[in-house]
Amino acid sequence: MNFDFSEDQRRLQEEVRRVLKDISTSAEVRTVLDGKASYSAKTWQHLADLGALGISIPEAFGGAGLGHLELCLIAEEAGRALTAVPLLSSIYLAAEAIKLGGSATQKAAWLPQLANGEVIATAVLDPRAQTLAEGRRLTIVGGKLSGTIDAVPDGMAASIAVLYVDQRLVIVDLTSADVMRIPRASLDPSRPLAKLTFDGTAAEELSGGDTAAIARRITEGAAVLLAFEQVGGAERALYAARDYALERHAFGRTIGSFQSVKHKLADMFAAIELARAHAYYGAWAMATDAPELARAASAARVAATDAYTFAAEESLHLHGGIGYTWEMDCHIHLRRARWLGQIIGTTHVWRDALAAALIEEAA
Amino acid sequence: MDFNDTPLEAQFRAEVRAWLKANATERHTREDKFGAGLNEDDYLAAARTWQAKKAKAGYAAIAAPKTMGGLGGTPAMQVVYSQEEAKFLVPDCVFEVSLGTALPTVAMWGTPEQKEKYLARAFMGDHIWCQLFSEPSAGSDIGNVRTRAVRDGDDWVVTGQKVWTSGAHFADYGILLARTDWDSPKAKGLTMFIVDMKAEGVDVRPIHQASDEYHFNEVFLNDVRIPDSERLGHEGNGWKVMLSTLMQERFALGSNFSGDLYAQLIGLAQQAEWNGAPAISNATVRAGIADTYIQQFGVDLIVRRGMSAISRGESPGPEMASVKLIGARAFQTGGALAIELGGAEGLIAAQDLGAEWRLPQLLWISAPGARIAGGTDEIQKNTIAERVLGLPGEIRTDRDLPFRELER
Repeated sequence: MNFDFSEDQRRLQEEVRRVLKDISTSAEVRTVLDGKASYSAKTWQHLADLGALGISIPEAFGGAGLGHLELCLIAEEAGRALTAVPLLSSIYLAAEAIKLGGSATQKAAWLPQLANGEVIATAVLDPRAQTLAEGRRLTIVGGKLSGTIDAVPDGMAASIAVLYVDQRLVIVDLTSADVMRIPRASLDPSRPLAKLTFDGTAAEELSGGDTAAIARRITEGAAVLLAFEQVGGAERALYAARDYALERHAFGRTIGSFQSVKHKLADMFAAIELARAHAYYGAWAMATDAPELARAASAARVAATDAYTFAAEESLHLHGGIGYTWEMDCHIHLRRARWLGQIIGTTHVWRDALAAALIEEAA
Repeated sequence: MDFNDTPLEAQFRAEVRAWLKANATERHTREDKFGAGLNEDDYLAAARTWQAKKAKAGYAAIAAPKTMGGLGGTPAMQVVYSQEEAKFLVPDCVFEVSLGTALPTVAMWGTPEQKEKYLARAFMGDHIWCQLFSEPSAGSDIGNVRTRAVRDGDDWVVTGQKVWTSGAHFADYGILLARTDWDSPKAKGLTMFIVDMKAEGVDVRPIHQASDEYHFNEVFLNDVRIPDSERLGHEGNGWKVMLSTLMQERFALGSNFSGDLYAQLIGLAQQAEWNGAPAISNATVRAGIADTYIQQFGVDLIVRRGMSAISRGESPGPEMASVKLIGARAFQTGGALAIELGGAEGLIAAQDLGAEWRLPQLLWISAPGARIAGGTDEIQKNTIAERVLGLPGEIRTDRDLPFRELER
C-alpha cells in the first residue's frame, strides 16, 4: 500500500510552493482584495509558466499530460498561498468539463488557451450551488441562452463560460454583445463574483456523452481539488496562529504555553489531518475514476470545509485584537474559507450527498 | 498512490488467507463472535490453543527477529496478518498485551537469559502477559509511580498498588514499573521488573466497569519477592523502558478506532420513524450518518497513511495521536445517535431489543473509557501541541525535586 504521493509529485509540489511563496504575497493578494484587479495576473502567469494550469491537460492540447494527483498538490499550494486566481472556474471546472465532454474540435479550440492561461473561463455546473430563485434562471431554446445566473466566480475576468442548463453542457462567449455582466461585491473580495444576464446568446453544446453524469463528475472532482485548497489554507492559518502564540507574551509567558491555547491548536491540527485523509482518498478516487468518487468527494468537501472554517475562525481569535484588523491576513482566511465552502454548494448539501452515497452503497 | 499490497505483501496475504481458511471459520456478520457461551477458562484454553497453532505456522510474532522466535518479517506483514485474521472467528482480547507491548519490551531490554526463558513460550501461548504501570495516583502523570521496590540480597521486595491492569486476572507474567530510588527526581528513580503474577503477595481484584464489564483489575502487591535476575533494564532506567513500551502501543495504530458504525446507523434509521416520516429521510439523521462516516472512515484513512509509512520502512509520527481523539468521539456521538434512533424503545438494552443494537449500545457506554484509556483526550492534545506543533511543554514544578520531597 502506498496511500501517499510519490517523490516526483512531492518535488513538483515543493517547486510550486516555493514560487507561490515569492509571488502570491499578501501585497499581491491584496491588489485583488482592494478591488484594483479582478485576479492576480502575475500569479496566474507564473502558474502558467510552471505548467501548473495545464498539468492535467493532455500534451496534444498544450498541457503537461500529467494527472489529477499533480493538480491536487498544486491546488493545496494555491490554497496555502491564498492565491487570487481563477483556478476553480477556469481549470477545475471549465477545462475539466471540456476535456471530458468536448469534441476534438472543441478541445483543440479551448484547451491550449486554458492551459497557457491566455483564456480565462468560468463555469457553473451544479444546480445545487445557487439556492436563491433570482440567481438561477437560465433556459436554452433553439441553441440560444437566456436568463440570469448570479454569484458566478470570476465572471468579470472570464471571456467564456461553461454552464450546465436544462441537462445540457454549453460553452458561451461572454464578450458577446447580448451578455450583460455586473460585478457583485464578494464576501471574499479576493475571489470576485459576477451576475451574468443572457439575452438569446449563442450557446455551443459540448458534444460528448451523458451530460448529467459529466457535470456531476466534474463537480465532484472540483470538490476534491477545493478540499486540497482548503487543507493548504487551513494549514497556513494554523501555523500562523502557532507562530503568533510562540511570539506573543502575556502574563509573563508566551501564550502558546497556556493549555487552552495549545489544545485549541491541537484541535485545529486534528481537524486538518482528518480533512487531509479524506482529500487524499478523494484524489485517489478522482485519479483512478473509482466508483467511490461520489462518497470520497463529498466527505473531502465536508471535512475540508469544516477544517478550514474552524482553523480560520480560531486562527483569527488566537491573534487577539491585532487579528481583527484589515492589515493582518486572518480575515482573508476567514473570508476565503467561507467562499470556498459555499461556491459549489454548502456542507449541508454535500453532507446530504454523502449520506445518499452511503445509503446507496449499503443497499 | 494506491491501496495495493507490494508483491511481497500480496504473496504473504495469500499464504495467510489460505492458512486461515484451513484452520479457522470465516466470519459472516459483524455479530459473529468466537466462543459465544464459553466460560472464561474454556475461552482462555481455546485462546492458548489458537496461539500455539499460529506459532507453529510462524504467525505468532511476525515482525520479531528469527533469533527471538519470530518470523523476521516486516511490520507491514504483521498488519496484513491482522487484517486477514479479523475476517475469521478466532479468540481475541487475550494475547494483545503480550504480543503488542509486553514481549516487544522484553525483546528490547531483556538479558539473553530472560529472552530465552520467556519469548518462545509466550509466543506458543503458554504464558499470557500483562502490563502493570498505572496506579491510583499515577494515571496521566505516570512518572508519579509510588509502588516501592527495595533491594534485599539477591531479591527485590515490592509493595504497592497497580490499577487498570487489563487481563491481570488471567495473566502469568507482567512487566512492572516500580520506584527503586526516592532521592532522585520522579522520572529517574524508576526501574522495570518482570513479575510472576502467581507469586505470593500478588492479589488481583477485578474492577466493575461503568459498562458493567470486567476487563480491568486492581493489583495489590504485598511484599512480593522478585529476584534481581528478573529486572528488565538497568536500575533507574524504568522511565526509558516504559517509554519504549508506549511507543509499541502507537504501532497498534489506532485501528481499534475505525469501524462501520455509520453502516449500522443506516440500518437502524431505516427501521425508525421520526416525526411521522422515515428517520432515514430526516436531514439531522443523514448529517449524523455522514459525520460518523467522516470520523470513522477518516480514522481508517489516517491509519492507512501510517501503514504506508511503515511499508516504506518509516515509522508513523506523533500525528497518529489525532486518531484516538477523533475515533473515540465518533463512538460517543455516533453511539448516542444510534440509541436516539430508537426513541423510547431505544432505551431497551440490546438483549431485549435485538442483536443489531448491541454494538452501538456498547460503543456508547464504552466511549468514555476509550477517551481515557491509553492517554486521555487532554494528553493526546498535549502530545500534538508539543511534539507536532512545537509548543512549550507544561510547567512542571515537580520534575527536578527528589521524589520523597513531593507533596502527595
